[in-house]
Amino acid sequence: MTDLLQVRDLRKNFGALAVTDGVDMSVAEGELHAVIGPNGAGKTTLIAQLSGQLAPDSGQVIYAGQDITRADMAARVEAGLARSFQITALLPGMTVLENVALAVQARSGSSFRFWRDAGAEEITNAQARMALDEVGLADRAGALASALSHGEQRQLELAVALATKPRLLLLDEPLAGTGGAEAERLIALMQRLKKRLTLVLIEHDMDAVFQLADRISVLVYGRIVASGTPEAVRADPAVRAAYLGEEEGA
Amino acid sequence: MSTSATRTLAPRLSAALAIFVVMAAVPPLALAVDDPFLMVIASRMLVFAIAALSLDLILGYGAMVSFGHAAYLGIGAYAVALGARWGVTDLLAQILLGMGMSAAFATVTGAISLRTRGVYFIMITLAFAQMAYFFFVAQSSLGGDDGVALQARSTLLGLPLEGDQTLYYTILGALVAIYAGLYRLTLSRFGRVLKGTRENALRMQAIGYRPFRYQLVAYVIAACLCSVAGVLLANLTEYVSPAYMSWHRSGELIVMLVFGGIGTLTGAVAGALVAVGLEELLAVFSEHWRLGFGLILVLVVLFSPDGLTGLMQRLGLRAPGLRNDGEGRGDD
Repeated sequence: MTDLLQVRDLRKNFGALAVTDGVDMSVAEGELHAVIGPNGAGKTTLIAQLSGQLAPDSGQVIYAGQDITRADMAARVEAGLARSFQITALLPGMTVLENVALAVQARSGSSFRFWRDAGAEEITNAQARMALDEVGLADRAGALASALSHGEQRQLELAVALATKPRLLLLDEPLAGTGGAEAERLIALMQRLKKRLTLVLIEHDMDAVFQLADRISVLVYGRIVASGTPEAVRADPAVRAAYLGEEEGA
Repeated sequence: MSTSATRTLAPRLSAALAIFVVMAAVPPLALAVDDPFLMVIASRMLVFAIAALSLDLILGYGAMVSFGHAAYLGIGAYAVALGARWGVTDLLAQILLGMGMSAAFATVTGAISLRTRGVYFIMITLAFAQMAYFFFVAQSSLGGDDGVALQARSTLLGLPLEGDQTLYYTILGALVAIYAGLYRLTLSRFGRVLKGTRENALRMQAIGYRPFRYQLVAYVIAACLCSVAGVLLANLTEYVSPAYMSWHRSGELIVMLVFGGIGTLTGAVAGALVAVGLEELLAVFSEHWRLGFGLILVLVVLFSPDGLTGLMQRLGLRAPGLRNDGEGRGDD
Protein backbone atom coordinates (compact mmCIF):
# COMPACT_ATOMS: atom_id res chain seq x y z
CA MET A 1 0.00 0.00 0.00
CA THR A 2 1.22 3.48 -0.81
CA ASP A 3 0.78 6.50 1.39
CA LEU A 4 -2.14 8.68 0.41
CA LEU A 5 -1.37 11.27 3.07
CA GLN A 6 1.98 12.22 4.53
CA VAL A 7 2.51 14.76 7.25
CA ARG A 8 6.06 15.98 7.76
CA ASP A 9 7.21 17.85 10.83
CA LEU A 10 4.01 19.83 11.12
CA ARG A 11 4.12 22.66 13.65
CA LYS A 12 1.52 25.12 14.90
CA ASN A 13 1.83 27.45 17.85
CA PHE A 14 -0.90 29.43 19.54
CA GLY A 15 1.17 32.04 21.33
CA ALA A 16 3.73 30.18 23.40
CA LEU A 17 1.75 26.95 23.27
CA ALA A 18 2.91 24.39 20.72
CA VAL A 19 -0.40 22.78 19.82
CA THR A 20 1.13 20.80 16.98
CA ASP A 21 4.72 20.10 17.89
CA GLY A 22 6.43 18.39 14.99
CA VAL A 23 3.88 15.82 13.89
CA ASP A 24 5.02 13.17 11.41
CA MET A 25 2.47 10.66 10.23
CA SER A 26 1.48 8.75 7.15
CA VAL A 27 -1.84 7.32 6.13
CA ALA A 28 -1.84 4.44 3.65
CA GLU A 29 -4.40 4.28 0.89
CA GLY A 30 -7.37 2.22 2.03
CA GLU A 31 -6.64 2.13 5.74
CA LEU A 32 -8.58 3.49 8.64
CA HIS A 33 -6.09 5.43 10.64
CA ALA A 34 -7.28 6.50 14.08
CA VAL A 35 -5.73 9.39 15.97
CA ILE A 36 -6.30 9.20 19.69
CA GLY A 37 -5.06 11.23 22.59
CA PRO A 38 -6.20 12.89 25.78
CA ASN A 39 -8.21 16.11 25.75
CA GLY A 40 -6.09 19.06 24.69
CA ALA A 41 -3.65 16.87 22.76
CA GLY A 42 -4.29 18.93 19.61
CA LYS A 43 -6.34 16.44 17.62
CA THR A 44 -8.86 18.89 16.24
CA THR A 45 -6.09 21.40 15.49
CA LEU A 46 -4.34 18.68 13.52
CA ILE A 47 -7.50 17.94 11.52
CA ALA A 48 -7.94 21.66 10.90
CA GLN A 49 -4.47 21.80 9.36
CA LEU A 50 -5.00 18.68 7.28
CA SER A 51 -8.29 20.02 5.93
CA GLY A 52 -6.93 23.50 5.19
CA GLN A 53 -8.99 25.38 7.73
CA LEU A 54 -5.84 26.39 9.59
CA ALA A 55 -2.42 27.10 8.10
CA PRO A 56 0.50 25.40 9.88
CA ASP A 57 3.50 27.48 10.96
CA SER A 58 5.86 25.03 9.29
CA GLY A 59 6.00 21.53 7.94
CA GLN A 60 4.36 19.85 4.99
CA VAL A 61 1.15 18.06 4.14
CA ILE A 62 1.50 15.77 1.12
CA TYR A 63 -1.70 14.33 -0.35
CA ALA A 64 -1.62 11.93 -3.29
CA GLY A 65 1.93 13.00 -4.05
CA GLN A 66 1.07 16.71 -4.08
CA ASP A 67 2.22 19.26 -1.56
CA ILE A 68 -1.08 20.76 -0.41
CA THR A 69 0.26 22.60 2.63
CA ARG A 70 -0.85 25.97 1.25
CA ALA A 71 -3.97 24.81 -0.62
CA ASP A 72 -7.30 26.19 0.65
CA MET A 73 -10.18 24.04 1.83
CA ALA A 74 -12.05 24.18 -1.47
CA ALA A 75 -9.01 22.98 -3.43
CA ARG A 76 -8.50 20.07 -1.04
CA VAL A 77 -12.17 19.05 -1.24
CA GLU A 78 -11.91 19.17 -5.01
CA ALA A 79 -8.90 16.85 -4.80
CA GLY A 80 -10.92 14.42 -2.66
CA LEU A 81 -9.89 15.36 0.86
CA ALA A 82 -13.02 16.05 2.90
CA ARG A 83 -13.79 16.36 6.58
CA SER A 84 -16.62 16.18 9.06
CA PHE A 85 -16.83 18.44 12.09
CA GLN A 86 -16.71 17.55 15.74
CA ILE A 87 -19.14 20.28 16.62
CA THR A 88 -21.92 19.79 14.13
CA ALA A 89 -21.62 22.43 11.41
CA LEU A 90 -24.68 22.20 9.24
CA LEU A 91 -26.82 24.72 7.39
CA PRO A 92 -29.58 24.89 10.02
CA GLY A 93 -32.12 26.91 8.02
CA MET A 94 -32.00 24.57 5.04
CA THR A 95 -33.49 21.13 4.58
CA VAL A 96 -31.57 17.88 5.04
CA LEU A 97 -31.71 17.26 1.30
CA GLU A 98 -30.50 20.81 0.54
CA ASN A 99 -27.58 20.37 2.92
CA VAL A 100 -26.41 17.33 0.99
CA ALA A 101 -27.40 18.63 -2.45
CA LEU A 102 -25.13 21.65 -1.96
CA ALA A 103 -22.19 19.29 -1.48
CA VAL A 104 -23.14 17.46 -4.68
CA GLN A 105 -23.57 20.76 -6.52
CA ALA A 106 -20.08 21.89 -5.52
CA ARG A 107 -18.50 19.15 -7.59
CA SER A 108 -20.97 18.97 -10.48
CA GLY A 109 -20.92 22.01 -12.70
CA SER A 110 -20.84 25.73 -12.11
CA SER A 111 -22.74 27.33 -9.27
CA PHE A 112 -22.85 30.61 -11.16
CA ARG A 113 -26.27 29.72 -12.50
CA PHE A 114 -28.88 32.26 -11.64
CA TRP A 115 -32.20 31.19 -13.13
CA ARG A 116 -33.01 27.47 -13.04
CA ASP A 117 -34.55 26.07 -9.89
CA ALA A 118 -31.78 24.17 -8.11
CA GLY A 119 -34.37 22.18 -6.16
CA ALA A 120 -35.59 20.67 -9.43
CA GLU A 121 -32.21 19.22 -10.44
CA GLU A 122 -33.04 15.52 -10.54
CA ILE A 123 -29.47 14.25 -10.89
CA THR A 124 -28.21 16.39 -8.01
CA ASN A 125 -31.11 15.35 -5.80
CA ALA A 126 -30.69 11.67 -6.69
CA GLN A 127 -27.03 11.74 -5.67
CA ALA A 128 -27.91 13.58 -2.48
CA ARG A 129 -30.53 10.97 -1.66
CA MET A 130 -27.98 8.22 -2.19
CA ALA A 131 -25.72 9.77 0.43
CA LEU A 132 -28.69 10.12 2.79
CA ASP A 133 -29.59 6.50 2.15
CA GLU A 134 -26.09 5.45 3.03
CA VAL A 135 -26.27 7.04 6.49
CA GLY A 136 -29.89 6.01 7.02
CA LEU A 137 -31.42 9.46 6.87
CA ALA A 138 -33.41 9.22 3.64
CA ASP A 139 -36.79 9.53 5.37
CA ARG A 140 -35.78 12.90 6.86
CA ALA A 141 -34.87 14.52 3.54
CA GLY A 142 -37.53 17.22 3.78
CA ALA A 143 -36.92 18.26 7.38
CA LEU A 144 -34.94 21.34 8.32
CA ALA A 145 -31.45 20.45 9.52
CA SER A 146 -32.15 22.37 12.72
CA ALA A 147 -35.12 20.08 13.44
CA LEU A 148 -32.99 16.93 13.56
CA SER A 149 -32.04 15.17 16.77
CA HIS A 150 -28.38 15.24 17.78
CA GLY A 151 -27.80 11.73 16.50
CA GLU A 152 -29.46 12.54 13.18
CA GLN A 153 -27.30 15.64 12.84
CA ARG A 154 -24.22 13.43 13.28
CA GLN A 155 -25.56 11.21 10.48
CA LEU A 156 -26.15 14.25 8.30
CA GLU A 157 -22.59 15.47 8.95
CA LEU A 158 -21.39 12.20 7.47
CA ALA A 159 -23.82 12.30 4.55
CA VAL A 160 -22.61 15.80 3.61
CA ALA A 161 -18.97 14.72 3.77
CA LEU A 162 -19.72 11.62 1.69
CA ALA A 163 -21.58 13.67 -0.92
CA THR A 164 -18.33 15.45 -1.77
CA LYS A 165 -17.14 12.03 -3.08
CA PRO A 166 -13.96 11.99 -1.00
CA ARG A 167 -10.97 9.72 -1.43
CA LEU A 168 -9.73 10.55 2.04
CA LEU A 169 -12.22 11.44 4.74
CA LEU A 170 -11.19 13.11 8.00
CA LEU A 171 -13.72 12.29 10.70
CA ASP A 172 -13.53 14.47 13.80
CA GLU A 173 -15.25 12.57 16.60
CA PRO A 174 -18.22 11.33 14.59
CA LEU A 175 -19.58 9.54 17.66
CA ALA A 176 -19.45 12.60 19.93
CA GLY A 177 -22.61 12.83 21.99
CA THR A 178 -24.21 9.73 20.53
CA GLY A 179 -24.91 6.53 22.39
CA GLY A 180 -26.39 3.08 22.12
CA ALA A 181 -28.11 2.31 18.84
CA GLU A 182 -27.06 5.60 17.24
CA ALA A 183 -23.39 4.92 17.89
CA GLU A 184 -23.69 1.35 16.67
CA ARG A 185 -25.27 2.49 13.43
CA LEU A 186 -22.46 5.00 12.86
CA ILE A 187 -19.81 2.36 13.65
CA ALA A 188 -21.44 -0.02 11.16
CA LEU A 189 -21.40 2.80 8.60
CA MET A 190 -17.68 3.38 9.16
CA GLN A 191 -17.10 -0.36 8.76
CA ARG A 192 -18.69 -0.12 5.32
CA LEU A 193 -16.88 3.08 4.40
CA LYS A 194 -13.43 1.72 5.21
CA LYS A 195 -13.87 -0.80 2.43
CA ARG A 196 -13.87 1.93 -0.20
CA LEU A 197 -12.35 5.03 1.40
CA THR A 198 -9.28 6.02 3.30
CA LEU A 199 -10.32 7.33 6.68
CA VAL A 200 -8.61 9.33 9.37
CA LEU A 201 -10.66 8.99 12.53
CA ILE A 202 -10.40 11.05 15.66
CA GLU A 203 -12.44 9.44 18.37
CA HIS A 204 -12.70 9.22 22.14
CA ASP A 205 -14.68 5.97 22.16
CA MET A 206 -11.84 3.46 22.64
CA ASP A 207 -14.03 0.43 21.93
CA ALA A 208 -14.96 1.88 18.58
CA VAL A 209 -11.37 2.84 17.80
CA PHE A 210 -9.93 -0.59 18.53
CA GLN A 211 -12.77 -2.22 16.66
CA LEU A 212 -12.36 -0.10 13.52
CA ALA A 213 -8.75 1.00 13.18
CA ASP A 214 -6.08 -0.61 11.03
CA ARG A 215 -3.52 1.70 12.54
CA ILE A 216 -3.54 4.05 15.48
CA SER A 217 -1.43 7.11 16.18
CA VAL A 218 -1.34 8.48 19.68
CA LEU A 219 -1.12 12.24 20.01
CA VAL A 220 -0.02 13.73 23.33
CA TYR A 221 0.70 17.44 23.78
CA GLY A 222 1.00 17.96 20.04
CA ARG A 223 3.39 15.04 19.44
CA ILE A 224 2.83 11.56 18.10
CA VAL A 225 4.18 9.34 20.87
CA ALA A 226 3.32 6.03 19.23
CA SER A 227 1.98 4.74 15.95
CA GLY A 228 1.17 1.22 14.84
CA THR A 229 -1.40 -1.55 14.82
CA PRO A 230 -4.03 -1.54 17.59
CA GLU A 231 -2.22 -4.43 19.29
CA ALA A 232 1.15 -2.71 19.20
CA VAL A 233 -0.30 0.56 20.46
CA ARG A 234 -2.20 -1.20 23.23
CA ALA A 235 1.03 -2.83 24.39
CA ASP A 236 3.21 0.28 24.08
CA PRO A 237 4.35 1.27 27.58
CA ALA A 238 4.70 4.95 26.63
CA VAL A 239 1.08 5.00 25.51
CA ARG A 240 -0.11 3.25 28.64
CA ALA A 241 1.71 5.79 30.74
CA ALA A 242 0.69 8.85 28.81
CA TYR A 243 -2.82 8.02 27.88
CA LEU A 244 -4.47 4.66 28.23
CA GLY A 245 -3.44 4.05 31.81
CA GLU A 246 -4.70 7.42 32.79
CA GLU A 247 -8.04 6.78 31.10
CA GLU A 248 -8.47 3.33 32.57
CA GLY A 249 -7.58 4.58 36.00
CA ALA A 250 -10.15 7.37 35.80
CA MET B 1 -42.50 17.82 -5.35
CA SER B 2 -38.95 18.76 -4.59
CA THR B 3 -38.71 19.72 -0.93
CA SER B 4 -40.69 21.45 1.74
CA ALA B 5 -39.26 24.63 0.23
CA THR B 6 -41.89 24.73 -2.49
CA ARG B 7 -44.67 24.59 0.05
CA THR B 8 -43.53 27.62 1.99
CA LEU B 9 -42.81 29.63 -1.16
CA ALA B 10 -46.29 29.95 -2.50
CA PRO B 11 -47.67 32.31 0.18
CA ARG B 12 -44.95 34.93 -0.15
CA LEU B 13 -45.26 34.83 -3.93
CA SER B 14 -49.00 35.35 -3.85
CA ALA B 15 -48.59 38.12 -1.28
CA ALA B 16 -46.20 39.89 -3.66
CA LEU B 17 -48.61 39.43 -6.56
CA ALA B 18 -51.41 40.91 -4.48
CA ILE B 19 -49.25 43.94 -3.70
CA PHE B 20 -48.40 44.43 -7.37
CA VAL B 21 -52.07 44.19 -8.42
CA VAL B 22 -53.12 46.71 -5.77
CA MET B 23 -50.32 49.07 -6.78
CA ALA B 24 -51.32 48.76 -10.43
CA ALA B 25 -54.75 50.07 -9.46
CA VAL B 26 -53.39 53.23 -7.84
CA PRO B 27 -53.27 55.53 -10.93
CA PRO B 28 -56.94 55.10 -11.89
CA LEU B 29 -57.82 55.44 -8.21
CA ALA B 30 -55.79 58.64 -7.87
CA LEU B 31 -57.55 59.95 -10.96
CA ALA B 32 -60.96 59.04 -9.57
CA VAL B 33 -60.41 60.82 -6.25
CA ASP B 34 -58.54 63.59 -8.07
CA ASP B 35 -55.48 63.42 -5.83
CA PRO B 36 -52.32 63.40 -7.96
CA PHE B 37 -50.17 63.44 -4.83
CA LEU B 38 -51.34 59.90 -4.13
CA MET B 39 -49.55 58.76 -7.24
CA VAL B 40 -46.37 60.60 -6.32
CA ILE B 41 -46.32 58.80 -2.97
CA ALA B 42 -47.07 55.46 -4.61
CA SER B 43 -44.25 56.06 -7.10
CA ARG B 44 -41.85 56.69 -4.26
CA MET B 45 -43.02 53.49 -2.61
CA LEU B 46 -42.26 51.49 -5.74
CA VAL B 47 -38.85 53.07 -6.27
CA PHE B 48 -37.82 52.31 -2.71
CA ALA B 49 -39.27 48.82 -3.02
CA ILE B 50 -36.71 48.22 -5.79
CA ALA B 51 -33.90 49.57 -3.61
CA ALA B 52 -35.01 47.53 -0.60
CA LEU B 53 -35.32 44.40 -2.75
CA SER B 54 -31.76 44.78 -3.94
CA LEU B 55 -30.54 45.23 -0.38
CA ASP B 56 -32.47 42.13 0.69
CA LEU B 57 -30.39 40.05 -1.70
CA ILE B 58 -27.16 40.80 0.17
CA LEU B 59 -28.52 41.52 3.65
CA GLY B 60 -31.26 38.93 3.82
CA TYR B 61 -29.85 36.14 1.69
CA GLY B 62 -26.15 36.83 2.00
CA ALA B 63 -25.99 38.07 5.60
CA MET B 64 -23.96 41.05 4.38
CA VAL B 65 -25.27 44.02 6.34
CA SER B 66 -24.36 46.92 4.07
CA PHE B 67 -24.77 50.34 5.61
CA GLY B 68 -23.83 52.02 2.37
CA HIS B 69 -26.36 50.69 -0.07
CA ALA B 70 -27.82 54.12 -0.83
CA ALA B 71 -24.56 54.91 -2.64
CA TYR B 72 -25.96 52.98 -5.58
CA LEU B 73 -29.25 54.86 -5.41
CA GLY B 74 -27.17 58.02 -5.83
CA ILE B 75 -24.95 56.60 -8.54
CA GLY B 76 -28.04 55.58 -10.51
CA ALA B 77 -29.48 59.07 -10.09
CA TYR B 78 -26.25 60.70 -11.25
CA ALA B 79 -26.23 58.38 -14.26
CA VAL B 80 -29.36 60.25 -15.38
CA ALA B 81 -27.74 63.67 -14.85
CA LEU B 82 -24.51 62.64 -16.52
CA GLY B 83 -26.37 60.86 -19.31
CA ALA B 84 -28.47 63.92 -20.02
CA ARG B 85 -25.30 66.04 -20.13
CA TRP B 86 -23.69 63.66 -22.62
CA GLY B 87 -26.84 63.54 -24.73
CA VAL B 88 -27.87 60.08 -23.54
CA THR B 89 -31.53 60.49 -22.64
CA ASP B 90 -32.81 56.97 -23.19
CA LEU B 91 -33.88 55.35 -19.94
CA LEU B 92 -32.44 51.95 -20.81
CA ALA B 93 -29.11 53.48 -21.81
CA GLN B 94 -29.05 55.45 -18.58
CA ILE B 95 -29.83 52.29 -16.63
CA LEU B 96 -26.92 50.58 -18.35
CA LEU B 97 -24.69 53.56 -17.51
CA GLY B 98 -25.82 53.48 -13.89
CA MET B 99 -25.28 49.74 -13.69
CA GLY B 100 -21.84 50.05 -15.21
CA MET B 101 -20.76 52.72 -12.75
CA SER B 102 -22.31 50.80 -9.85
CA ALA B 103 -20.71 47.53 -10.90
CA ALA B 104 -17.29 49.18 -11.04
CA PHE B 105 -17.69 50.84 -7.64
CA ALA B 106 -19.21 47.72 -6.06
CA THR B 107 -16.55 45.38 -7.42
CA VAL B 108 -13.71 47.43 -5.95
CA THR B 109 -15.36 48.37 -2.64
CA GLY B 110 -17.05 44.98 -2.24
CA ALA B 111 -13.79 43.09 -2.74
CA ILE B 112 -12.24 45.16 0.04
CA SER B 113 -15.30 45.19 2.34
CA LEU B 114 -15.78 41.42 2.12
CA ARG B 115 -12.42 40.91 3.77
CA THR B 116 -14.11 42.06 6.96
CA ARG B 117 -16.98 40.60 8.95
CA GLY B 118 -19.75 41.71 11.24
CA VAL B 119 -19.66 45.25 12.52
CA TYR B 120 -16.50 45.99 10.51
CA PHE B 121 -18.35 45.18 7.30
CA ILE B 122 -21.13 47.58 8.34
CA MET B 123 -18.60 50.33 9.02
CA ILE B 124 -16.50 49.85 5.91
CA THR B 125 -19.53 49.85 3.59
CA LEU B 126 -20.65 53.04 5.34
CA ALA B 127 -17.21 54.56 4.81
CA PHE B 128 -17.18 53.77 1.10
CA ALA B 129 -20.68 55.20 0.66
CA GLN B 130 -19.57 58.38 2.41
CA MET B 131 -16.65 58.59 0.00
CA ALA B 132 -19.08 58.40 -2.91
CA TYR B 133 -21.26 61.01 -1.20
CA PHE B 134 -18.43 63.50 -0.80
CA PHE B 135 -17.16 62.79 -4.28
CA PHE B 136 -20.44 64.06 -5.70
CA VAL B 137 -20.60 66.92 -3.17
CA ALA B 138 -17.28 68.05 -4.61
CA GLN B 139 -18.52 68.02 -8.21
CA SER B 140 -19.46 71.67 -8.58
CA SER B 141 -20.33 71.11 -12.25
CA LEU B 142 -23.10 68.80 -11.01
CA GLY B 143 -24.35 71.30 -8.47
CA GLY B 144 -22.18 70.08 -5.63
CA ASP B 145 -24.01 69.95 -2.34
CA ASP B 146 -27.21 71.39 -3.83
CA GLY B 147 -27.51 68.88 -6.62
CA VAL B 148 -28.85 69.60 -10.04
CA ALA B 149 -32.33 69.83 -11.52
CA LEU B 150 -32.95 67.76 -14.63
CA GLN B 151 -33.99 69.55 -17.82
CA ALA B 152 -36.41 66.79 -18.66
CA ARG B 153 -37.21 63.22 -17.87
CA SER B 154 -35.56 60.39 -19.74
CA THR B 155 -37.04 58.91 -22.87
CA LEU B 156 -38.02 55.30 -23.29
CA LEU B 157 -37.45 53.86 -26.75
CA GLY B 158 -37.65 57.35 -28.21
CA LEU B 159 -40.82 58.33 -26.39
CA PRO B 160 -40.60 60.82 -23.54
CA LEU B 161 -41.64 59.57 -20.10
CA GLU B 162 -44.25 62.30 -19.91
CA GLY B 163 -47.15 62.13 -17.58
CA ASP B 164 -47.00 60.63 -14.17
CA GLN B 165 -48.91 57.52 -15.27
CA THR B 166 -46.34 56.50 -17.87
CA LEU B 167 -43.52 56.88 -15.37
CA TYR B 168 -45.55 55.11 -12.70
CA TYR B 169 -46.14 52.02 -14.80
CA THR B 170 -42.53 52.04 -15.96
CA ILE B 171 -41.43 51.93 -12.33
CA LEU B 172 -43.97 49.23 -11.51
CA GLY B 173 -42.79 47.20 -14.51
CA ALA B 174 -39.18 47.49 -13.36
CA LEU B 175 -40.16 46.42 -9.85
CA VAL B 176 -42.06 43.36 -11.04
CA ALA B 177 -39.23 42.34 -13.38
CA ILE B 178 -36.60 42.73 -10.64
CA TYR B 179 -38.74 40.87 -8.13
CA ALA B 180 -39.22 38.01 -10.59
CA GLY B 181 -35.52 37.91 -11.41
CA LEU B 182 -34.47 37.89 -7.77
CA TYR B 183 -37.12 35.31 -6.95
CA ARG B 184 -35.62 32.98 -9.53
CA LEU B 185 -32.12 33.81 -8.41
CA THR B 186 -32.82 32.89 -4.80
CA LEU B 187 -34.03 29.46 -5.92
CA SER B 188 -31.13 28.92 -8.31
CA ARG B 189 -27.82 27.22 -7.71
CA PHE B 190 -26.27 30.60 -7.03
CA GLY B 191 -29.02 31.49 -4.57
CA ARG B 192 -28.51 28.24 -2.71
CA VAL B 193 -24.80 28.86 -2.34
CA LEU B 194 -25.53 32.38 -1.11
CA LYS B 195 -27.99 31.10 1.49
CA GLY B 196 -25.60 28.35 2.50
CA THR B 197 -22.91 30.94 3.08
CA ARG B 198 -25.32 32.91 5.23
CA GLU B 199 -26.06 29.80 7.28
CA ASN B 200 -22.46 28.64 7.76
CA ALA B 201 -19.54 29.88 5.65
CA LEU B 202 -17.10 27.35 7.15
CA ARG B 203 -19.38 24.48 6.18
CA MET B 204 -19.55 25.82 2.62
CA GLN B 205 -15.75 25.84 2.41
CA ALA B 206 -15.64 22.33 3.80
CA ILE B 207 -17.77 21.08 0.90
CA GLY B 208 -15.71 22.85 -1.72
CA TYR B 209 -16.95 26.42 -2.14
CA ARG B 210 -15.05 29.68 -1.94
CA PRO B 211 -17.76 31.93 -0.45
CA PHE B 212 -15.99 35.18 -1.30
CA ARG B 213 -16.69 34.85 -5.03
CA TYR B 214 -20.39 34.29 -4.54
CA GLN B 215 -20.70 37.06 -1.99
CA LEU B 216 -18.92 39.51 -4.26
CA VAL B 217 -21.07 38.64 -7.27
CA ALA B 218 -24.21 39.04 -5.13
CA TYR B 219 -22.88 42.37 -3.86
CA VAL B 220 -22.37 43.62 -7.42
CA ILE B 221 -25.80 42.39 -8.57
CA ALA B 222 -27.45 44.15 -5.62
CA ALA B 223 -25.56 47.34 -6.44
CA CYS B 224 -26.63 47.24 -10.10
CA LEU B 225 -30.29 46.65 -9.22
CA CYS B 226 -30.25 49.45 -6.67
CA SER B 227 -28.89 51.82 -9.31
CA VAL B 228 -32.02 51.11 -11.36
CA ALA B 229 -34.02 52.51 -8.44
CA GLY B 230 -31.71 55.54 -8.53
CA VAL B 231 -32.33 56.15 -12.23
CA LEU B 232 -36.07 55.97 -11.62
CA LEU B 233 -35.90 58.17 -8.51
CA ALA B 234 -34.11 60.90 -10.49
CA ASN B 235 -36.85 60.76 -13.10
CA LEU B 236 -39.51 60.90 -10.44
CA THR B 237 -38.12 63.96 -8.66
CA GLU B 238 -36.50 65.42 -11.79
CA TYR B 239 -33.70 66.29 -9.47
CA VAL B 240 -30.38 64.72 -8.51
CA SER B 241 -28.45 65.45 -5.34
CA PRO B 242 -25.88 63.80 -3.09
CA ALA B 243 -28.61 63.52 -0.44
CA TYR B 244 -29.82 60.38 -2.24
CA MET B 245 -26.70 58.58 -1.07
CA SER B 246 -26.44 59.95 2.44
CA TRP B 247 -25.99 57.46 5.22
CA HIS B 248 -29.48 58.30 6.51
CA ARG B 249 -30.83 56.90 3.30
CA SER B 250 -28.80 53.70 3.71
CA GLY B 251 -30.22 53.37 7.20
CA GLU B 252 -33.75 53.87 5.89
CA LEU B 253 -33.27 51.00 3.47
CA ILE B 254 -32.28 48.73 6.35
CA VAL B 255 -35.31 49.95 8.33
CA MET B 256 -37.55 49.01 5.40
CA LEU B 257 -36.20 45.47 5.52
CA VAL B 258 -36.72 45.32 9.28
CA PHE B 259 -40.31 46.47 8.81
CA GLY B 260 -41.04 43.91 6.14
CA GLY B 261 -38.88 41.03 7.29
CA ILE B 262 -35.50 40.15 5.82
CA GLY B 263 -34.63 37.36 3.45
CA THR B 264 -38.05 36.95 1.87
CA LEU B 265 -38.05 39.51 -1.02
CA THR B 266 -41.77 40.07 -0.46
CA GLY B 267 -40.95 41.52 2.95
CA ALA B 268 -38.64 44.06 1.31
CA VAL B 269 -41.42 45.26 -0.99
CA ALA B 270 -43.97 45.39 1.83
CA GLY B 271 -41.49 47.10 4.13
CA ALA B 272 -40.71 49.82 1.60
CA LEU B 273 -44.41 50.47 1.04
CA VAL B 274 -45.13 50.67 4.75
CA ALA B 275 -42.09 52.80 5.57
CA VAL B 276 -42.75 55.38 2.84
CA GLY B 277 -46.46 55.31 3.65
CA LEU B 278 -45.86 55.84 7.36
CA GLU B 279 -43.48 58.68 6.64
CA GLU B 280 -46.16 60.51 4.65
CA LEU B 281 -48.95 59.62 7.05
CA LEU B 282 -47.15 60.61 10.25
CA ALA B 283 -45.90 63.82 8.64
CA VAL B 284 -49.54 64.88 8.30
CA PHE B 285 -49.99 64.76 12.07
CA SER B 286 -46.73 66.25 13.21
CA GLU B 287 -43.44 67.60 12.01
CA HIS B 288 -41.90 65.36 14.65
CA TRP B 289 -43.09 62.32 12.72
CA ARG B 290 -39.75 60.59 13.14
CA LEU B 291 -40.60 60.10 16.79
CA GLY B 292 -43.69 58.09 15.93
CA PHE B 293 -41.78 56.27 13.21
CA GLY B 294 -39.12 55.26 15.70
CA LEU B 295 -41.72 54.08 18.16
CA ILE B 296 -43.37 51.86 15.57
CA LEU B 297 -39.98 50.47 14.59
CA VAL B 298 -39.25 49.57 18.21
CA LEU B 299 -42.61 47.82 18.46
CA VAL B 300 -41.97 45.83 15.29
CA VAL B 301 -38.54 44.71 16.47
CA LEU B 302 -39.87 43.76 19.89
CA PHE B 303 -43.05 42.00 18.88
CA SER B 304 -42.42 40.75 15.36
CA PRO B 305 -38.70 40.31 14.73
CA ASP B 306 -39.48 38.80 11.34
CA GLY B 307 -41.31 41.98 10.36
CA LEU B 308 -44.59 41.99 8.49
CA THR B 309 -43.80 38.69 6.79
CA GLY B 310 -43.39 36.99 10.13
CA LEU B 311 -46.56 38.61 11.42
CA MET B 312 -48.57 37.52 8.39
CA GLN B 313 -47.15 34.04 8.67
CA ARG B 314 -48.07 33.70 12.30
CA LEU B 315 -51.58 35.05 11.68
CA GLY B 316 -51.94 32.71 8.71
CA LEU B 317 -50.74 29.72 10.66
CA ARG B 318 -53.12 30.40 13.48
CA ALA B 319 -56.08 30.62 11.17
CA PRO B 320 -58.04 27.36 11.09
CA GLY B 321 -57.61 25.12 8.10
CA LEU B 322 -54.02 26.13 7.42
CA ARG B 323 -51.47 23.59 8.41
CA ASN B 324 -48.25 24.47 10.10
CA ASP B 325 -45.42 22.26 8.98
CA GLY B 326 -43.41 23.46 11.90
CA GLU B 327 -40.93 25.40 9.84
CA GLY B 328 -40.84 29.01 10.88
CA ARG B 329 -38.64 30.54 8.21
CA GLY B 330 -40.38 32.02 5.25
CA ASP B 331 -37.38 32.37 2.96
CA ASP B 332 -36.92 28.88 1.68
